[in-house]
Amino acid sequence: MSTQSHVDGNVLGGMLIEMFGAEMTDRRGCCGECGAMNTMGAMHVYVDAPGDVMRCPACQAVLMVLTRIESVVRVNMAHMAWIEVAVE
Amino acid sequence: MVGTAVSRRLTWIVAEVVGLIDETATARSIVLHCPGWVGHVAGQHVDIRLTAEDGYQAQRSYSIAAPADGEKVVITVELVDGGEVSPYLIEDLIVGDRIEVRGPIGGYFVWEPGRGGPLQLLGGGSGVVPLMAMLRARVEVGSDISVRYLSSARSPDRILYRAELERLGREARDVDVLHTLTREHPDGWPGLTRRVDAEMLEDHAFGAGEEPLCFVCGPTPFVEAVATALVALGHRPDRVKTERFGPTGG
Repeated sequence: MSTQSHVDGNVLGGMLIEMFGAEMTDRRGCCGECGAMNTMGAMHVYVDAPGDVMRCPACQAVLMVLTRIESVVRVNMAHMAWIEVAVE
Repeated sequence: MVGTAVSRRLTWIVAEVVGLIDETATARSIVLHCPGWVGHVAGQHVDIRLTAEDGYQAQRSYSIAAPADGEKVVITVELVDGGEVSPYLIEDLIVGDRIEVRGPIGGYFVWEPGRGGPLQLLGGGSGVVPLMAMLRARVEVGSDISVRYLSSARSPDRILYRAELERLGREARDVDVLHTLTREHPDGWPGLTRRVDAEMLEDHAFGAGEEPLCFVCGPTPFVEAVATALVALGHRPDRVKTERFGPTGG
């Protein structure tokens, strides 16, 4: 796995707000493969694929794949065990 | 806590370009008037969307360069060779143009004076943009939090905000500014002349014992090297926040 090509989860902040209706980059997600918990902003994201691929910083498992086709985003949750979302 | 954390709709705003500032030969700050802007915290970013006449859309994320100021939002864009968005923003955009903006975005790589310090800012290339927003926020409120700002640039003509930084380094109390040049440096250059490494951090950054909040932003290899060195020097990983960018098609 090249460490040259990933950016941080921050880059998906806008799309995550669209999906969850709240700022998500400071919320935690848990890898279903290795159990590592990290803030969404610290996840590894590869944006040079046909979709945006979020991977676990600890074990590199694919956590989410976001594929946009025109005004629809297909969200594949892959190996994300859970994500915390703030509620009012 | 960023005040906008809980449930909001993120909508595209049609922003008007109200100012353009050439920062270097390859970077420009764009001052946008964003009607209905909710305010932001230093370190947050915006998404910019451009739509061509045939409907083709391109979207990019840019860090905000200055603290909240009503409906004014300033971004700084660095030219990416072969990119499809940055050349337009730097070479073609004029005052009065309208572009779509949404934000603010990000609750992780953010700082405001209430979060304390000392503040260690480490930027590579245009990775200094969100760090400049933090430094400007610190200066604007007259906080006494100590700040050390270390930027890495290829050559002196690529240093962003150089004149303002030199002035702050001279005039603002407890603000240290240092640049390192990685490719070209003129004779008599007073700063450093290599990539940021552990030895440079030991000599010029806050030590781990001072428990600084460290913000590291830049290209992925820069961030990896600096964050790894900081942790090796004893800084707690949860006090080292990183933001990596590129290559994202510019």
